[in-house]
Formats: sequence, C-alpha cells, structure tokens
Amino acid sequence: MSGVDITVNGDPHALHLAPRTSLADCLRDALSLTSVHLGCEHGACGACTVLLDGKAVRACLSLAVMCEGRAVTTLEGLRDDPRMVALRRAFHENHALQCGYCTPGMLVMAYDLLGRVPLPTEAAVREGIAGHLCRCTGYAGIVRAILAAAAHMHDEAGRRAGPDSA
Amino acid sequence: MKPARFEYVRPARLDEAVRLVAGAPDETAVIAGGQSLLPILALRLTRVGCLVDVSRLDELARCDASARHVTIGAATTHAAIEDGLAPDPGQGVMRRIAARIAYRAVRNQGTIGGSVALADPAADWPAGLIALRATAIIAGPQGGRREPVAGLVRGTYMTSLTPGEIIVGFEVPVLADGARVGISKVVKKTGAFAMSLAIVVLGDGGARVALAGAGGRVLSLAGVGEVLTTWPDASGERLEAALAEDLVGEIDVADAYAARLHRATVMQAVAEARAR
Repeated sequence: MSGVDITVNGDPHALHLAPRTSLADCLRDALSLTSVHLGCEHGACGACTVLLDGKAVRACLSLAVMCEGRAVTTLEGLRDDPRMVALRRAFHENHALQCGYCTPGMLVMAYDLLGRVPLPTEAAVREGIAGHLCRCTGYAGIVRAILAAAAHMHDEAGRRAGPDSA
Repeated sequence: MKPARFEYVRPARLDEAVRLVAGAPDETAVIAGGQSLLPILALRLTRVGCLVDVSRLDELARCDASARHVTIGAATTHAAIEDGLAPDPGQGVMRRIAARIAYRAVRNQGTIGGSVALADPAADWPAGLIALRATAIIAGPQGGRREPVAGLVRGTYMTSLTPGEIIVGFEVPVLADGARVGISKVVKKTGAFAMSLAIVVLGDGGARVALAGAGGRVLSLAGVGEVLTTWPDASGERLEAALAEDLVGEIDVADAYAARLHRATVMQAVAEARAR
C-alpha cells in the first residue's frame, strides 16, 4: 500500500492505496464519487474523464499514486460552475442523454473544450468528443447540446458586458 | 482494477531513476504519462514488478531554444506542445504534429519521450522527429549519450535504449529559412494510431520524407527525398515512381490498398508542404 495525498473537489484526502489502483477506482471506491463511470478501463471509452489540475484526463489511465499532491475535479465538483450549469441544461434541452452512462465523461470533456475554445465549430465539437463512446449513439444531440451551451455562455457574457461595451 | 500487482516509486532525482531501472531491468518499467503503458498493463499484455515514475523529474521538463536548435524535455506532454508551450523549430510543426495525437484527454498526459521510447511503428513522434532530424539526449548508468532518433528507433516496440537508459529530451534543429513542412495522416477513426502518416520537409538543405504505418518502423523515403531535392517541382508521376521503389520490400506488394494509401498520404503531404 502507498500513501497518497490528493485534493478532490477542493477537499484534501490522505489515502492508502495499492499502487495499481487507478484514479477512477480511487474516486469511486474510496471517495464514493460515482459520477466517474467505468466503461472499458483501458482508455477507449472516455466515460471516466475527470479534471486533473484543471485538465481533462482519463481517470482509468491515471494511477492514483501518480496524482500525489494534485487536485482532481469530478463532475460532482462542478455542480455550481456556470459553464457546467449551462452544459447540463443544454444536455437536458437537446435530448443529449439516453441511458446516461457516457454523460459524465461527455460533460467533463465538453467543459474542458469550452474552457479552451469558447465558441467551437461543430467540427471542433465532434473532434473534441471523438474519444468518447455513446453506445446509445446519441451523438447528434450531444453535439447540439455542446454548441447550444457555448452559444448560451457567449450570450450571457455579452449581456453581462452590457450595452456600454458595444 | 485490471492490471496485475506492481510496486511504484517516484525517485526525486534522475540518477536515482537510472540506478533503479539499471539495477533490475527485467523487473522495472519507466512510466511518464502512462497513456500506452497503462492500457498495456490493464490488458495484461505485459507485467511489471515496479513502475519507476519519471514524469516529475526536472531534467525531463527542460525546454530551451537557441538559434541552431530547440530542446524539448522528454516529459513534455503532447497537449503542452499543441498549445505552443514548447519551442518550435519552424512552420509550427511541433504543434501540428501534437494536435493530431489521440484525444485531448490523452494528450494532457502522454509525453513525447514516452512516445519515442515505446516506439510504436505507427506513432506520430518517431516519424515527426526523424523527419526533423532530431537527436535524443539520453541518461544512463554509464553516463549520458546522444543518438539521432532515426537510429534510436529500431523496430516495433524496439529501441537502442539499454537497461537503465532514460530519454531526457530531444534536440531538434531549427528549420532553414524557407523550409516548408507538410503532414498527412489517415486514421480509421479520430484518435486512432495512423494507418499511414507522411511528413515531408522541403527546402531544409534538401528534402526529407518520413512515413509511418508502413511496416514495423518509420521509413525514411530516400528515393522520394532525392527526387524532391533535385527537382522541387517534380511531377506526381515521377514522385509516385520513386515512392514505389522506396516501398519495395517494405510493404506487402499484393496489398493494393496499402500501396494506394501510402501514395495518397505522401502526395498530400508534398502538396501541403508546397502550398505553405
């Protein structure tokens, strides 16, 4: 067993884990963060995507011991983040989930994408979620939802800037 | 969890990492981003007694630029290169190569050194660094050494690295003024390894062409490079004839699709380089 100090959704944790424990297993089993879905456990499906020091990574392709001293954010930790609120609403309104298994990974990846590219083209959205499998094949709705969330965030930013800045 | 049991150490110093791996070469494996090694371990294609984590070593993070060449630390992630956080030898070539590797979530962890050390025959960095005439800077139990990436990569998952040797970084010569680079890659789906990847460098003291996905290692297409060096505006017909000769003995001649595919990526990369 190895000691691991890790910050998850803002809270520090001191854990003792077998070195082969993936970050995904650590988050689910030790910390009960069940938004981290495990599909393939070898980097093919994207369902376990989380943020590590603010960057999207596959939690199944990260060892918990390698995350010593780092900050992890799961979907739970983004509950009140305006960008995630916009994405969740857009997923709801655009029928972007059916069984819901891929949804947390899709949301976290979309959050990462819109953080880097606030107004992506449809092609950029499709490329951005290419590493995520939706076995219900609901990609059209998911792409629409991410574009809608981006447009909504853009409109909100414009409204906040107000007429003075126009 | 899917991998078999292993131990894990994260040495604080490079020489300690070298000593650990050199002392137990059959028992240890070096891990940086782990984006290939962890799936391999998860699928139990290999087993390892102890992972030696080099991802946080300062020596492997160093990036530098001079008038003659740029240096990229081995633990630099594809995403950092994609975002322009590492120096570029010209034509934005490093960013262009990095942006097409796997997916962003993988690029955030995978490293340039790991890509070369693994030596997947269809990987992007071995081909890119060979086309750019990069040299690997290597630390080892007998001290440091340097070797061109073209010599370091020997075959499928085979390199010249001896037990305990760790890639520290790469020195990439700055491209000549007026040099142009074209890249063409065909994948079965976005993020997959290349079925064919052609990287063409024109006007850099001659022309060079590297091709990945054709056989067990990156091919330097000497014939096509020579034609493009002598006749920069060589016709498609002439280039295709040179390519066919370069590929003799390298790909299965009966595989008409592979021949067409490699022809398409090479010609597209030439066209892209000429248009830049």
